[in-house]
Amino acid sequence: MNLAATITLFGALALIFLAGLLVSRRNQSNTSFMEDYYLGGRRLGGFVLAMTMSATYGSASSFIGGPGVAYNEGLGWVLLSVIQVATGYFTLMILGKRFAITAKKYKAITMVDFLKHRYQSKWVVLLSSFSIVIFLFSTMAAQWIGAGRLIESITGLSYHSALLIFVVTVLIYVTVGGFRAVTLTDSIQGSIMVVGTIILLIAIIISGGGISAIMNDLQAENPNLITPYGADGTLSPMYVSSFWILVGVGVVALPQIVVRAMSYQNTSAFHRALIIGTIVVGVIMLNMHLIGVFARPILPDIEVADTVIPLVALEVLPGWLAGIVLAAPLAAIMSTVDSLLLLVSSTIVKDIYSNYIQPKAPVKRIRKISMTVTAVLGLIVYLIAIHPPDLIIWLNLYTIGGLEAAFIWPVVMGIYWKKGNKYGAIAAIITGMISYIAFQAFYPQPFGMHSVVSSIVLSLIAYVLATYSVKDKQTVSDSLT
Amino acid sequence: MMKHHLDKRFKMANREAIIGICLVLFNFIWWFTFAYGLGSKEPDQYTFILGFPAWFFYSCIVGVILMIVLVSIVVRFFFKDFSLDDKEYDQL
Repeated sequence: MNLAATITLFGALALIFLAGLLVSRRNQSNTSFMEDYYLGGRRLGGFVLAMTMSATYGSASSFIGGPGVAYNEGLGWVLLSVIQVATGYFTLMILGKRFAITAKKYKAITMVDFLKHRYQSKWVVLLSSFSIVIFLFSTMAAQWIGAGRLIESITGLSYHSALLIFVVTVLIYVTVGGFRAVTLTDSIQGSIMVVGTIILLIAIIISGGGISAIMNDLQAENPNLITPYGADGTLSPMYVSSFWILVGVGVVALPQIVVRAMSYQNTSAFHRALIIGTIVVGVIMLNMHLIGVFARPILPDIEVADTVIPLVALEVLPGWLAGIVLAAPLAAIMSTVDSLLLLVSSTIVKDIYSNYIQPKAPVKRIRKISMTVTAVLGLIVYLIAIHPPDLIIWLNLYTIGGLEAAFIWPVVMGIYWKKGNKYGAIAAIITGMISYIAFQAFYPQPFGMHSVVSSIVLSLIAYVLATYSVKDKQTVSDSLT
Repeated sequence: MMKHHLDKRFKMANREAIIGICLVLFNFIWWFTFAYGLGSKEPDQYTFILGFPAWFFYSCIVGVILMIVLVSIVVRFFFKDFSLDDKEYDQL
Protein backbone atom coordinates (compact mmCIF):
# COMPACT_ATOMS: atom_id res chain seq x y z
CA MET A 1 0.00 0.00 0.00
CA ASN A 2 1.20 3.46 -0.85
CA LEU A 3 -0.02 5.84 1.85
CA ALA A 4 0.60 9.12 0.03
CA ALA A 5 -1.10 7.84 -3.13
CA THR A 6 -4.08 6.59 -1.15
CA ILE A 7 -4.56 9.90 0.61
CA THR A 8 -4.40 12.06 -2.53
CA LEU A 9 -6.56 9.61 -4.48
CA PHE A 10 -9.34 9.78 -1.91
CA GLY A 11 -8.82 13.51 -1.54
CA ALA A 12 -9.50 13.98 -5.25
CA LEU A 13 -12.54 11.70 -5.01
CA ALA A 14 -13.90 13.67 -2.06
CA LEU A 15 -13.48 16.95 -3.90
CA ILE A 16 -15.40 15.72 -6.92
CA PHE A 17 -18.08 14.35 -4.63
CA LEU A 18 -18.47 17.66 -2.82
CA ALA A 19 -18.79 19.59 -6.05
CA GLY A 20 -21.60 17.30 -7.21
CA LEU A 21 -23.52 17.79 -3.99
CA LEU A 22 -23.08 21.57 -4.04
CA VAL A 23 -24.52 21.80 -7.53
CA SER A 24 -27.46 19.59 -6.74
CA ARG A 25 -28.45 21.96 -3.94
CA ARG A 26 -29.26 24.67 -6.43
CA ASN A 27 -31.00 22.20 -8.65
CA GLN A 28 -34.41 23.87 -8.37
CA SER A 29 -35.54 25.67 -11.48
CA ASN A 30 -38.82 26.28 -13.22
CA THR A 31 -38.46 23.58 -15.87
CA SER A 32 -40.15 20.23 -15.25
CA PHE A 33 -38.56 17.95 -12.69
CA MET A 34 -37.81 15.21 -15.19
CA GLU A 35 -36.24 17.54 -17.72
CA ASP A 36 -34.09 18.91 -14.92
CA TYR A 37 -33.12 15.65 -13.24
CA TYR A 38 -32.39 13.70 -16.40
CA LEU A 39 -31.30 16.46 -18.77
CA GLY A 40 -30.05 19.34 -16.66
CA GLY A 41 -32.91 21.50 -17.98
CA ARG A 42 -31.20 21.66 -21.43
CA ARG A 43 -28.86 24.27 -20.07
CA LEU A 44 -25.39 22.86 -20.70
CA GLY A 45 -22.66 25.24 -21.81
CA GLY A 46 -19.97 24.37 -24.35
CA PHE A 47 -17.18 23.38 -21.98
CA VAL A 48 -19.43 21.21 -19.83
CA LEU A 49 -20.97 19.57 -22.91
CA ALA A 50 -17.57 18.72 -24.39
CA MET A 51 -16.28 17.38 -21.09
CA THR A 52 -19.32 15.28 -20.31
CA MET A 53 -19.25 13.79 -23.82
CA SER A 54 -15.59 12.86 -23.58
CA ALA A 55 -15.78 11.68 -19.98
CA THR A 56 -18.80 9.50 -20.63
CA TYR A 57 -17.21 8.01 -23.67
CA GLY A 58 -13.74 7.48 -22.20
CA SER A 59 -14.64 4.61 -19.94
CA ALA A 60 -12.80 1.88 -18.13
CA SER A 61 -11.92 0.33 -21.45
CA SER A 62 -9.96 3.34 -22.67
CA PHE A 63 -8.16 3.86 -19.36
CA ILE A 64 -7.54 0.40 -18.03
CA GLY A 65 -8.16 -2.15 -20.79
CA GLY A 66 -6.95 -0.07 -23.75
CA PRO A 67 -3.49 0.85 -22.44
CA GLY A 68 -3.13 -2.78 -21.34
CA VAL A 69 -3.65 -3.99 -24.90
CA ALA A 70 -1.30 -1.26 -26.17
CA TYR A 71 1.34 -2.60 -23.73
CA ASN A 72 1.08 -5.99 -25.40
CA GLU A 73 0.55 -4.94 -29.03
CA GLY A 74 2.72 -1.83 -29.39
CA LEU A 75 2.14 1.22 -31.60
CA GLY A 76 -0.38 -0.65 -33.78
CA TRP A 77 -2.90 -0.40 -30.97
CA VAL A 78 -2.27 3.31 -30.53
CA LEU A 79 -3.00 3.67 -34.25
CA LEU A 80 -6.31 1.90 -33.68
CA SER A 81 -7.15 4.05 -30.67
CA VAL A 82 -6.55 7.49 -32.20
CA ILE A 83 -9.51 6.76 -34.47
CA GLN A 84 -11.56 7.93 -31.53
CA VAL A 85 -10.60 11.54 -32.17
CA ALA A 86 -13.43 11.36 -34.73
CA THR A 87 -16.00 10.90 -31.98
CA GLY A 88 -15.01 14.33 -30.66
CA TYR A 89 -16.52 16.09 -33.66
CA PHE A 90 -18.44 13.55 -35.73
CA THR A 91 -21.16 12.54 -33.25
CA LEU A 92 -22.13 16.11 -32.46
CA MET A 93 -21.96 17.25 -36.07
CA ILE A 94 -24.11 14.39 -37.35
CA LEU A 95 -26.80 14.49 -34.68
CA GLY A 96 -26.32 18.20 -34.94
CA LYS A 97 -28.64 21.10 -34.52
CA ARG A 98 -31.43 19.37 -36.36
CA PHE A 99 -31.60 16.77 -33.62
CA ALA A 100 -31.52 19.39 -30.88
CA ILE A 101 -34.34 21.40 -32.50
CA THR A 102 -36.48 18.32 -33.02
CA ALA A 103 -35.84 16.91 -29.55
CA LYS A 104 -36.73 20.24 -28.00
CA LYS A 105 -39.94 20.39 -30.01
CA TYR A 106 -40.88 16.87 -28.95
CA LYS A 107 -39.89 17.74 -25.37
CA ALA A 108 -37.82 14.55 -25.54
CA ILE A 109 -35.72 13.76 -22.49
CA THR A 110 -34.21 10.42 -23.50
CA MET A 111 -33.20 8.76 -26.74
CA VAL A 112 -36.21 6.46 -26.44
CA ASP A 113 -38.38 9.53 -25.99
CA PHE A 114 -37.13 10.86 -29.28
CA LEU A 115 -37.79 7.55 -31.02
CA LYS A 116 -41.27 7.41 -29.49
CA HIS A 117 -42.29 10.78 -30.87
CA ARG A 118 -40.60 10.24 -34.19
CA TYR A 119 -42.05 6.81 -34.93
CA GLN A 120 -45.26 6.89 -32.87
CA SER A 121 -44.97 3.24 -31.99
CA LYS A 122 -45.29 1.35 -28.73
CA TRP A 123 -43.11 -1.44 -30.08
CA VAL A 124 -40.23 0.84 -30.90
CA VAL A 125 -40.36 2.16 -27.33
CA LEU A 126 -40.55 -1.24 -25.65
CA LEU A 127 -37.89 -2.82 -27.86
CA SER A 128 -35.42 -0.01 -27.42
CA SER A 129 -36.03 0.37 -23.67
CA PHE A 130 -35.53 -3.33 -23.23
CA SER A 131 -32.24 -3.43 -25.13
CA ILE A 132 -30.91 -0.36 -23.32
CA VAL A 133 -31.65 -1.75 -19.89
CA ILE A 134 -30.16 -5.16 -20.64
CA PHE A 135 -27.01 -3.97 -22.37
CA LEU A 136 -26.16 -0.96 -20.28
CA PHE A 137 -26.82 -2.82 -17.07
CA SER A 138 -24.09 -5.28 -17.86
CA THR A 139 -21.70 -2.51 -18.96
CA MET A 140 -22.27 -0.80 -15.66
CA ALA A 141 -21.47 -3.89 -13.68
CA ALA A 142 -18.25 -4.36 -15.64
CA GLN A 143 -17.22 -0.75 -14.95
CA TRP A 144 -17.78 -1.16 -11.21
CA ILE A 145 -15.68 -4.27 -11.16
CA GLY A 146 -12.92 -2.31 -12.94
CA ALA A 147 -13.14 0.49 -10.42
CA GLY A 148 -13.01 -1.92 -7.49
CA ARG A 149 -9.89 -3.58 -8.91
CA LEU A 150 -8.23 -0.22 -9.53
CA ILE A 151 -8.77 1.04 -5.98
CA GLU A 152 -7.67 -2.35 -4.70
CA SER A 153 -4.37 -2.19 -6.61
CA ILE A 154 -3.54 1.35 -5.49
CA THR A 155 -4.55 1.28 -1.86
CA GLY A 156 -4.17 -2.35 -0.90
CA LEU A 157 -7.71 -2.38 0.50
CA SER A 158 -9.68 -5.56 -0.12
CA TYR A 159 -11.75 -5.68 -3.32
CA HIS A 160 -14.97 -5.58 -1.32
CA SER A 161 -14.15 -2.51 0.74
CA ALA A 162 -12.76 -0.78 -2.36
CA LEU A 163 -15.97 -1.48 -4.21
CA LEU A 164 -18.10 -0.32 -1.30
CA ILE A 165 -16.32 3.05 -1.03
CA PHE A 166 -16.72 3.60 -4.74
CA VAL A 167 -20.38 2.64 -4.81
CA VAL A 168 -21.42 4.80 -1.86
CA THR A 169 -19.75 7.86 -3.38
CA VAL A 170 -21.28 7.42 -6.80
CA LEU A 171 -24.74 6.57 -5.52
CA ILE A 172 -25.13 9.53 -3.23
CA TYR A 173 -24.34 12.13 -5.79
CA VAL A 174 -26.15 10.57 -8.72
CA THR A 175 -29.29 9.86 -6.73
CA VAL A 176 -29.51 13.28 -5.20
CA GLY A 177 -27.96 15.40 -7.91
CA GLY A 178 -29.23 14.00 -11.20
CA PHE A 179 -27.88 15.00 -14.60
CA ARG A 180 -26.57 18.42 -13.67
CA ALA A 181 -24.48 17.08 -10.81
CA VAL A 182 -23.22 14.36 -13.13
CA THR A 183 -22.23 16.75 -15.91
CA LEU A 184 -20.43 19.04 -13.49
CA THR A 185 -18.44 16.21 -11.95
CA ASP A 186 -17.77 15.05 -15.51
CA SER A 187 -16.15 18.40 -16.25
CA ILE A 188 -13.86 18.13 -13.25
CA GLN A 189 -13.06 14.53 -14.08
CA GLY A 190 -12.45 15.36 -17.74
CA SER A 191 -9.98 18.05 -16.72
CA ILE A 192 -8.20 15.64 -14.35
CA MET A 193 -7.99 13.15 -17.20
CA VAL A 194 -6.40 15.60 -19.63
CA VAL A 195 -3.85 16.98 -17.17
CA GLY A 196 -3.24 13.58 -15.57
CA THR A 197 -2.44 11.80 -18.82
CA ILE A 198 -0.05 14.60 -19.88
CA ILE A 199 1.84 14.47 -16.57
CA LEU A 200 2.06 10.70 -16.67
CA LEU A 201 3.24 10.61 -20.29
CA ILE A 202 6.01 13.15 -19.62
CA ALA A 203 7.14 11.30 -16.50
CA ILE A 204 7.31 8.04 -18.42
CA ILE A 205 9.30 9.55 -21.30
CA ILE A 206 11.80 10.97 -18.81
CA SER A 207 12.11 7.76 -16.87
CA GLY A 208 12.50 5.75 -20.10
CA GLY A 209 15.41 7.98 -21.21
CA GLY A 210 13.60 9.85 -24.01
CA ILE A 211 11.39 8.76 -26.90
CA SER A 212 14.25 7.57 -29.13
CA ALA A 213 15.64 5.37 -26.38
CA ILE A 214 12.21 3.89 -25.70
CA MET A 215 11.70 3.17 -29.41
CA ASN A 216 15.11 1.48 -29.58
CA ASP A 217 14.25 -0.69 -26.60
CA LEU A 218 10.94 -1.67 -28.17
CA GLN A 219 12.53 -2.43 -31.52
CA ALA A 220 15.24 -4.50 -29.85
CA GLU A 221 12.66 -6.53 -27.96
CA ASN A 222 10.32 -7.13 -30.92
CA PRO A 223 10.49 -5.02 -34.11
CA ASN A 224 6.76 -5.57 -34.66
CA LEU A 225 6.00 -3.38 -31.63
CA ILE A 226 6.82 -0.26 -33.65
CA THR A 227 4.92 -1.32 -36.81
CA PRO A 228 1.19 -0.75 -37.42
CA TYR A 229 0.62 -4.52 -37.43
CA GLY A 230 0.69 -5.49 -33.75
CA ALA A 231 3.13 -7.61 -31.75
CA ASP A 232 2.71 -10.77 -33.82
CA GLY A 233 1.80 -9.02 -37.06
CA THR A 234 -1.88 -10.00 -36.96
CA LEU A 235 -3.56 -6.57 -36.96
CA SER A 236 -4.53 -6.29 -40.63
CA PRO A 237 -5.29 -2.87 -42.20
CA MET A 238 -8.82 -4.08 -42.95
CA TYR A 239 -9.48 -5.14 -39.34
CA VAL A 240 -7.99 -2.00 -37.80
CA SER A 241 -9.88 0.20 -40.29
CA SER A 242 -13.18 -1.43 -39.36
CA PHE A 243 -12.77 0.06 -35.87
CA TRP A 244 -13.62 3.37 -37.50
CA ILE A 245 -17.16 2.08 -37.35
CA LEU A 246 -17.05 0.60 -33.84
CA VAL A 247 -15.25 3.32 -31.89
CA GLY A 248 -15.49 6.25 -34.31
CA VAL A 249 -18.56 6.76 -36.44
CA GLY A 250 -20.92 4.30 -34.73
CA VAL A 251 -20.70 6.05 -31.37
CA VAL A 252 -23.32 8.42 -32.78
CA ALA A 253 -25.95 5.82 -31.79
CA LEU A 254 -24.98 5.18 -28.16
CA PRO A 255 -27.87 6.30 -25.94
CA GLN A 256 -25.59 7.93 -23.36
CA ILE A 257 -24.05 10.07 -26.13
CA VAL A 258 -27.33 10.82 -27.88
CA VAL A 259 -28.91 12.16 -24.68
CA ARG A 260 -26.05 14.64 -24.31
CA ALA A 261 -26.58 15.88 -27.85
CA MET A 262 -29.98 17.21 -26.80
CA SER A 263 -28.92 18.87 -23.58
CA TYR A 264 -27.01 21.96 -24.70
CA GLN A 265 -28.23 25.47 -24.22
CA ASN A 266 -27.63 27.12 -27.58
CA THR A 267 -25.69 26.88 -30.80
CA SER A 268 -22.64 28.71 -29.52
CA ALA A 269 -22.33 26.15 -26.72
CA PHE A 270 -22.55 23.49 -29.42
CA HIS A 271 -19.77 25.13 -31.44
CA ARG A 272 -17.47 25.44 -28.47
CA ALA A 273 -18.15 21.82 -27.51
CA LEU A 274 -17.09 20.63 -30.97
CA ILE A 275 -13.66 22.21 -30.65
CA ILE A 276 -13.01 21.39 -27.00
CA GLY A 277 -14.35 17.85 -27.44
CA THR A 278 -11.98 17.14 -30.33
CA ILE A 279 -9.00 18.41 -28.35
CA VAL A 280 -9.91 16.49 -25.20
CA VAL A 281 -10.68 13.15 -26.86
CA GLY A 282 -7.64 13.44 -29.16
CA VAL A 283 -5.22 14.23 -26.35
CA ILE A 284 -6.57 11.64 -23.93
CA MET A 285 -6.69 8.75 -26.40
CA LEU A 286 -3.25 9.44 -27.87
CA ASN A 287 -1.64 9.88 -24.44
CA MET A 288 -3.24 6.99 -22.60
CA HIS A 289 -2.37 4.43 -25.23
CA LEU A 290 1.15 5.79 -25.74
CA ILE A 291 1.62 5.46 -21.99
CA GLY A 292 0.67 1.80 -22.31
CA VAL A 293 3.33 1.22 -25.00
CA PHE A 294 6.04 3.30 -23.29
CA ALA A 295 5.51 1.42 -20.03
CA ARG A 296 6.87 -1.72 -21.64
CA PRO A 297 10.62 -0.98 -21.47
CA ILE A 298 10.22 0.44 -17.95
CA LEU A 299 8.22 -2.44 -16.46
CA PRO A 300 8.77 -5.37 -18.85
CA ASP A 301 7.16 -8.15 -16.85
CA ILE A 302 3.58 -7.10 -16.17
CA GLU A 303 1.37 -10.14 -16.40
CA VAL A 304 -2.11 -8.72 -15.89
CA ALA A 305 -2.27 -6.08 -18.63
CA ASP A 306 -5.09 -4.23 -16.86
CA THR A 307 -2.71 -3.17 -14.09
CA VAL A 308 -0.25 -1.38 -16.42
CA ILE A 309 -1.50 2.15 -15.71
CA PRO A 310 -1.58 1.97 -11.88
CA LEU A 311 1.73 0.11 -11.70
CA VAL A 312 3.62 2.43 -14.02
CA ALA A 313 2.19 5.53 -12.33
CA LEU A 314 3.37 4.33 -8.93
CA GLU A 315 6.75 3.52 -10.50
CA VAL A 316 7.57 6.80 -12.25
CA LEU A 317 5.77 9.39 -10.11
CA PRO A 318 6.10 10.36 -6.45
CA GLY A 319 3.29 8.73 -4.45
CA TRP A 320 1.18 11.82 -3.83
CA LEU A 321 1.23 12.76 -7.52
CA ALA A 322 0.47 9.20 -8.60
CA GLY A 323 -2.65 9.34 -6.42
CA ILE A 324 -3.89 12.47 -8.18
CA VAL A 325 -3.05 11.17 -11.64
CA LEU A 326 -4.73 7.85 -10.93
CA ALA A 327 -7.84 9.74 -9.99
CA ALA A 328 -8.10 10.17 -13.79
CA PRO A 329 -8.96 6.59 -14.73
CA LEU A 330 -11.11 6.35 -11.64
CA ALA A 331 -12.82 9.54 -12.71
CA ALA A 332 -13.40 8.07 -16.16
CA ILE A 333 -15.04 5.03 -14.70
CA MET A 334 -17.13 7.09 -12.31
CA SER A 335 -18.41 9.36 -15.01
CA THR A 336 -19.30 6.47 -17.27
CA VAL A 337 -21.07 4.69 -14.47
CA ASP A 338 -23.01 7.67 -13.24
CA SER A 339 -24.30 8.60 -16.66
CA LEU A 340 -25.27 5.02 -17.41
CA LEU A 341 -27.04 4.76 -14.09
CA LEU A 342 -29.04 7.85 -14.87
CA LEU A 343 -29.79 6.63 -18.36
CA VAL A 344 -31.12 3.27 -17.25
CA SER A 345 -33.12 4.98 -14.54
CA SER A 346 -34.61 7.43 -17.04
CA THR A 347 -35.47 4.56 -19.36
CA ILE A 348 -37.42 2.87 -16.61
CA VAL A 349 -39.10 5.96 -15.16
CA LYS A 350 -39.70 8.07 -18.25
CA ASP A 351 -39.95 5.58 -21.07
CA ILE A 352 -41.79 2.77 -19.32
CA TYR A 353 -43.42 3.99 -16.10
CA SER A 354 -44.75 7.35 -17.23
CA ASN A 355 -45.58 6.15 -20.75
CA TYR A 356 -47.45 2.97 -19.96
CA ILE A 357 -47.96 2.47 -16.24
CA GLN A 358 -48.91 5.77 -14.67
CA PRO A 359 -49.01 8.61 -17.24
CA LYS A 360 -50.57 11.16 -14.87
CA ALA A 361 -48.36 10.75 -11.82
CA PRO A 362 -47.85 14.02 -9.92
CA VAL A 363 -44.39 15.65 -9.92
CA LYS A 364 -43.72 14.76 -6.29
CA ARG A 365 -44.36 11.13 -7.02
CA ILE A 366 -42.13 11.21 -10.12
CA ARG A 367 -39.35 12.81 -8.11
CA LYS A 368 -39.56 10.13 -5.47
CA ILE A 369 -39.72 7.34 -8.02
CA SER A 370 -36.81 8.72 -10.08
CA MET A 371 -34.53 8.88 -7.06
CA THR A 372 -35.64 5.53 -5.72
CA VAL A 373 -35.15 3.79 -9.06
CA THR A 374 -31.67 5.32 -9.45
CA ALA A 375 -30.66 4.22 -5.96
CA VAL A 376 -32.13 0.73 -6.26
CA LEU A 377 -30.45 0.20 -9.64
CA GLY A 378 -27.14 1.21 -8.12
CA LEU A 379 -27.57 -1.28 -5.30
CA ILE A 380 -28.42 -4.10 -7.70
CA VAL A 381 -25.31 -3.35 -9.77
CA TYR A 382 -23.27 -3.38 -6.55
CA LEU A 383 -24.60 -6.79 -5.59
CA ILE A 384 -23.78 -8.07 -9.08
CA ALA A 385 -20.28 -6.59 -8.93
CA ILE A 386 -19.50 -8.48 -5.69
CA HIS A 387 -19.95 -11.81 -7.39
CA PRO A 388 -20.16 -11.11 -11.11
CA PRO A 389 -22.14 -13.83 -12.93
CA ASP A 390 -20.74 -15.05 -16.26
CA LEU A 391 -23.75 -13.73 -18.13
CA ILE A 392 -22.79 -10.15 -17.26
CA ILE A 393 -19.23 -10.54 -18.48
CA TRP A 394 -20.53 -12.12 -21.65
CA LEU A 395 -23.13 -9.45 -22.33
CA ASN A 396 -20.63 -6.70 -21.72
CA LEU A 397 -18.63 -7.80 -24.76
CA TYR A 398 -21.66 -7.08 -26.89
CA THR A 399 -22.74 -3.75 -25.50
CA ILE A 400 -21.22 -1.06 -27.67
CA GLY A 401 -21.48 -2.86 -30.99
CA GLY A 402 -24.93 -4.20 -30.17
CA LEU A 403 -26.37 -0.81 -29.30
CA GLU A 404 -24.75 0.76 -32.34
CA ALA A 405 -26.09 -1.87 -34.73
CA ALA A 406 -29.56 -1.53 -33.22
CA PHE A 407 -29.92 2.23 -33.01
CA ILE A 408 -27.73 3.92 -35.60
CA TRP A 409 -30.33 3.90 -38.37
CA PRO A 410 -33.47 4.53 -36.29
CA VAL A 411 -31.71 7.61 -34.88
CA VAL A 412 -29.85 8.95 -37.93
CA MET A 413 -32.58 8.17 -40.47
CA GLY A 414 -35.15 9.39 -37.96
CA ILE A 415 -33.46 12.78 -38.12
CA TYR A 416 -32.67 13.05 -41.81
CA TRP A 417 -35.04 10.80 -43.78
CA LYS A 418 -38.61 11.84 -43.43
CA LYS A 419 -40.00 8.75 -45.15
CA GLY A 420 -38.48 6.38 -42.59
CA ASN A 421 -41.27 4.81 -40.50
CA LYS A 422 -41.85 2.60 -37.48
CA TYR A 423 -41.63 -0.63 -39.44
CA GLY A 424 -38.21 0.39 -40.65
CA ALA A 425 -37.15 1.23 -37.10
CA ILE A 426 -38.43 -2.03 -35.62
CA ALA A 427 -36.81 -4.07 -38.41
CA ALA A 428 -33.50 -2.21 -37.99
CA ILE A 429 -33.39 -2.68 -34.21
CA ILE A 430 -34.17 -6.39 -34.37
CA THR A 431 -31.89 -7.10 -37.35
CA GLY A 432 -29.00 -5.08 -35.96
CA MET A 433 -29.15 -6.65 -32.52
CA ILE A 434 -29.66 -10.26 -33.55
CA SER A 435 -27.18 -10.23 -36.43
CA TYR A 436 -24.52 -8.66 -34.21
CA ILE A 437 -24.90 -11.27 -31.49
CA ALA A 438 -24.95 -14.06 -34.10
CA PHE A 439 -21.82 -12.75 -35.87
CA GLN A 440 -19.95 -12.35 -32.60
CA ALA A 441 -20.83 -15.84 -31.50
CA PHE A 442 -20.33 -17.77 -34.75
CA TYR A 443 -18.38 -15.71 -37.27
CA PRO A 444 -16.55 -12.89 -35.48
CA GLN A 445 -14.73 -11.31 -38.45
CA PRO A 446 -16.82 -11.36 -41.61
CA PHE A 447 -14.73 -10.04 -44.58
CA GLY A 448 -11.81 -9.58 -42.19
CA MET A 449 -13.63 -6.75 -40.39
CA HIS A 450 -15.09 -6.31 -36.92
CA SER A 451 -18.61 -7.77 -37.02
CA VAL A 452 -20.24 -4.45 -36.16
CA VAL A 453 -19.68 -3.36 -39.79
CA SER A 454 -21.71 -6.18 -41.32
CA SER A 455 -24.48 -5.77 -38.74
CA ILE A 456 -24.79 -2.06 -39.43
CA VAL A 457 -25.06 -2.75 -43.17
CA LEU A 458 -27.73 -5.43 -42.60
CA SER A 459 -29.60 -3.12 -40.26
CA LEU A 460 -29.63 -0.39 -42.93
CA ILE A 461 -31.01 -2.79 -45.52
CA ALA A 462 -33.71 -3.88 -43.06
CA TYR A 463 -34.63 -0.27 -42.29
CA VAL A 464 -35.01 0.75 -45.93
CA LEU A 465 -36.79 -2.43 -47.06
CA ALA A 466 -39.30 -2.41 -44.20
CA THR A 467 -39.98 1.30 -44.64
CA TYR A 468 -40.81 0.80 -48.32
CA SER A 469 -42.66 -2.48 -48.08
CA VAL A 470 -45.12 -1.50 -45.33
CA LYS A 471 -46.92 1.76 -45.97
CA ASP A 472 -47.34 3.71 -42.76
CA LYS A 473 -50.81 5.19 -42.43
CA GLN A 474 -49.70 7.79 -39.93
CA THR A 475 -48.45 11.00 -41.38
CA VAL A 476 -44.85 11.72 -40.57
CA SER A 477 -44.41 14.19 -37.76
CA ASP A 478 -44.65 17.75 -39.07
CA SER A 479 -41.32 18.97 -37.76
CA LEU A 480 -39.50 16.86 -40.27
CA THR A 481 -41.26 17.96 -43.41
CA MET B 1 -44.15 31.56 -42.18
CA MET B 2 -42.87 29.37 -39.39
CA LYS B 3 -42.27 26.53 -41.77
CA HIS B 4 -40.10 28.74 -43.91
CA HIS B 5 -37.83 29.51 -40.96
CA LEU B 6 -37.64 25.88 -39.99
CA ASP B 7 -36.59 24.94 -43.49
CA LYS B 8 -33.80 27.45 -43.38
CA ARG B 9 -32.47 26.16 -40.07
CA PHE B 10 -32.67 22.58 -41.23
CA LYS B 11 -30.83 23.47 -44.42
CA MET B 12 -27.96 24.92 -42.39
CA ALA B 13 -27.99 21.90 -40.09
CA ASN B 14 -27.90 19.53 -43.06
CA ARG B 15 -24.92 21.36 -44.49
CA GLU B 16 -23.11 21.05 -41.15
CA ALA B 17 -23.79 17.32 -41.04
CA ILE B 18 -22.31 16.96 -44.54
CA ILE B 19 -19.24 18.88 -43.39
CA GLY B 20 -18.97 16.34 -40.55
CA ILE B 21 -18.97 13.47 -43.02
CA CYS B 22 -16.32 15.16 -45.20
CA LEU B 23 -14.11 15.73 -42.15
CA VAL B 24 -14.32 12.12 -41.06
CA LEU B 25 -13.54 10.89 -44.58
CA PHE B 26 -10.52 13.17 -44.76
CA ASN B 27 -9.48 12.03 -41.28
CA PHE B 28 -9.68 8.39 -42.36
CA ILE B 29 -7.73 8.88 -45.60
CA TRP B 30 -4.96 10.83 -43.86
CA TRP B 31 -4.73 8.24 -41.09
CA PHE B 32 -4.74 5.24 -43.43
CA THR B 33 -2.36 6.60 -46.07
CA PHE B 34 0.40 7.57 -43.67
CA ALA B 35 0.03 4.56 -41.38
CA TYR B 36 0.17 1.90 -44.06
CA GLY B 37 1.98 3.94 -46.72
CA LEU B 38 5.03 4.57 -44.53
CA GLY B 39 4.57 1.74 -42.04
CA SER B 40 4.64 -1.23 -44.38
CA LYS B 41 8.43 -1.24 -44.69
CA GLU B 42 10.68 -3.40 -42.56
CA PRO B 43 11.13 -1.70 -39.16
CA ASP B 44 14.91 -1.32 -39.63
CA GLN B 45 14.27 0.87 -42.69
CA TYR B 46 11.97 3.26 -40.83
CA THR B 47 12.86 6.93 -40.61
CA PHE B 48 12.23 8.55 -37.24
CA ILE B 49 10.84 11.99 -36.43
CA LEU B 50 11.19 13.32 -32.87
CA GLY B 51 11.89 9.75 -31.84
CA PHE B 52 8.70 8.31 -33.34
CA PRO B 53 8.59 6.16 -36.49
CA ALA B 54 7.59 8.47 -39.37
CA TRP B 55 4.34 6.57 -40.08
CA PHE B 56 3.20 7.01 -36.49
CA PHE B 57 4.28 10.62 -36.30
CA TYR B 58 2.29 11.67 -39.37
CA SER B 59 -0.69 9.37 -39.02
CA CYS B 60 -1.36 9.67 -35.28
CA ILE B 61 0.34 12.79 -33.91
CA VAL B 62 0.08 15.17 -36.89
CA GLY B 63 -3.29 13.58 -37.72
CA VAL B 64 -4.80 14.46 -34.35
CA ILE B 65 -3.37 18.00 -34.35
CA LEU B 66 -4.55 18.55 -37.92
CA MET B 67 -8.09 17.47 -37.07
CA ILE B 68 -8.19 19.82 -34.10
CA VAL B 69 -7.11 22.70 -36.36
CA LEU B 70 -9.55 21.75 -39.14
CA VAL B 71 -12.51 21.41 -36.76
CA SER B 72 -11.72 24.82 -35.25
CA ILE B 73 -11.53 26.46 -38.69
CA VAL B 74 -14.68 24.81 -39.97
CA VAL B 75 -16.70 25.66 -36.87
CA ARG B 76 -15.52 29.25 -36.82
CA PHE B 77 -16.18 30.00 -40.49
CA PHE B 78 -18.94 27.67 -41.65
CA PHE B 79 -21.18 27.03 -38.65
CA LYS B 80 -23.98 29.51 -38.01
CA ASP B 81 -25.60 30.56 -34.75
CA PHE B 82 -29.40 30.45 -34.45
CA SER B 83 -32.02 29.77 -31.82
CA LEU B 84 -32.93 26.17 -31.11
CA ASP B 85 -36.34 27.14 -29.83
CA ASP B 86 -39.15 27.52 -32.38
CA LYS B 87 -40.99 30.38 -30.68
CA GLU B 88 -37.86 32.32 -29.90
CA TYR B 89 -36.64 31.82 -33.44
CA ASP B 90 -39.86 33.13 -34.97
CA GLN B 91 -39.74 36.26 -32.86
CA LEU B 92 -36.32 37.21 -34.14
